[in-house]
Amino acid sequence: MMRPTQSTDLKKIANLRLTPNQVPYVLLAPFILLFLIFGLFPLCFSLFLAFQTWEPTSGLATMQFVGLENFIFTLEDEWFWKSLQNTFWLALVSGLPQHLIAIPLACVIHASFKRTRNAVVGAYFLPYITSTVAIAMMFSTLFSTDYGLINQALSLVSQLPFVGELFPNQATDWLGRAQNIKPAIATVVFWRYVGFNTVLYLAALQTIPKYMYEAATMDGANRWQQFWYITLPNLKPMIYFGVTLSLIGGLQLFEEPFILTNGTGGTDQSGMTTAMYMYRTAFEFNDFGTASALSWLLFLCVALLTWLTNCAFKSRGGSA
Amino acid sequence: MSASKTSKLSAYLIVGLGGLIMLAPFYFMFVFATHTRVEIFNLPPPLLPGSAFFENLKILTDKIPFWHSLGLSLYVALASTALTLVFCSMGGYAFAMFEFKFKKALFALVMGTMLIPSFLSMIPSFMIMDALGWIDQPRALFIPGAASAFGIFLMRQFVSACIPKEMLEAARMDGCSELGIYARIVLPLLKPAMGTLGLITFIASWNNFIGPLVVMRTPEMYTLPLALRSMQSPVNTEWGALMTGSAIATLPLLVLFAFSSKRLIDGLTTGAVKE
Repeated sequence: MMRPTQSTDLKKIANLRLTPNQVPYVLLAPFILLFLIFGLFPLCFSLFLAFQTWEPTSGLATMQFVGLENFIFTLEDEWFWKSLQNTFWLALVSGLPQHLIAIPLACVIHASFKRTRNAVVGAYFLPYITSTVAIAMMFSTLFSTDYGLINQALSLVSQLPFVGELFPNQATDWLGRAQNIKPAIATVVFWRYVGFNTVLYLAALQTIPKYMYEAATMDGANRWQQFWYITLPNLKPMIYFGVTLSLIGGLQLFEEPFILTNGTGGTDQSGMTTAMYMYRTAFEFNDFGTASALSWLLFLCVALLTWLTNCAFKSRGGSA
Repeated sequence: MSASKTSKLSAYLIVGLGGLIMLAPFYFMFVFATHTRVEIFNLPPPLLPGSAFFENLKILTDKIPFWHSLGLSLYVALASTALTLVFCSMGGYAFAMFEFKFKKALFALVMGTMLIPSFLSMIPSFMIMDALGWIDQPRALFIPGAASAFGIFLMRQFVSACIPKEMLEAARMDGCSELGIYARIVLPLLKPAMGTLGLITFIASWNNFIGPLVVMRTPEMYTLPLALRSMQSPVNTEWGALMTGSAIATLPLLVLFAFSSKRLIDGLTTGAVKE
């Protein structure tokens, strides 16, 4: 072994010369530390909390194990079932149209837009990156009962001949009446995420080889047949992925209903989602144990539905 | 021929009209920001910019500590972006270029947490922050988020796709130290991916609502989204001022988006496209 001179010794210390074996640990250390404390530990701790009860005012010392009590309490709670119903309704009504619109939209943009493509995609995508609070505030004014823009537009349309009959000519109380809150929330959610899905489908469309369409044209397939027999089957993996994302996101919907109903859940709790109910159980009713149990029950629903979607896509793939 | 032309024209028309509907709420946000509350709920509603912007701003700054909240949001977003970029570029590089014990299991674990809904850890996170004395502290917002699974994923993808292992080997042969390799070779090459991750992190932090809702408990420490929401009341909301605040909060995002929409969209959908 060569003896390094003192000056290179110092240099080496200054350079913190690590062996390649040590490097990954040093590089990963800060990330792993944060991940363990703020990522992994809370998850495990949450499961622990779901089986405990304690007085928040007297601290964690009063914590005691209560078995399944928190879960049973939640399962017997009317508001839990109501919130779950709201959540499913919203996930379906805001989620399904996103894909029914995004797929044809992506096809049209893919086929007909070249120079203006980025601008058009940008316009549809923009709501996805803006603040939910700003969006919800904006829609609150638009949905306003007496002079809101949406009601004024509806009353204008209702005066048209023929089609007018389909639209209400009286001002609709969107965010006040129980039956209207969910459609209003679903509208906002749809508006916010439809562009994101369009971008997903555009990316998938680019991977479909052109020769497939050329061959189909030569065989005399019309546009509709091409869409049905080439585009749609090729989009299937992305539809599966997009629907799963919408499902996972939709079932944990929190911000839009929370802000649109001013944190209350709206008249008759008809805009209260399960994630929102969990937040209120924890921070309004100060029951962290029950709230943790509630969050795990919601997680079970998400996992179950994700798995069912997976099965549905797989079985249809097998028969086709 | 003419049939395909009409179909093309109608495609332009429908897609264009849809695009306008998507943008309309933004347009009205900026129009309403320049009108008083009374004017907004007029019949017909204002369709063009008005002159009440400074009046609204006055109401806004009287009701909430608007500029302080804006500054706080900016501080949290910048700190969060800086930390995320440092930690995720290091972690992503480690996952992409090195072999070490439990590498596969660790990466799977990190990716797995990305799939787990965030509401599960809301309560324990609050309790941890409470135990650390971080309630009402901005660091509660930017330190935990720096361990971003998405950031690690993005960086790892980019490193393994764009940086050849041979280049690092050559640097090692030439006597470059390991930290030197990271700082002088990997970081400069990572610039495009860092730009994307930086933009995404900044925007996510700027818009973050649930995070500050849980940990920022006093109005003086509200970030911009929380401060704006606190103006909402069942009976007497200053809608004009609220629209002014929302418009100011949205403007930086619109500017960022205008200059980097392609990069942002690509970055936000990488996970999906790579699969």
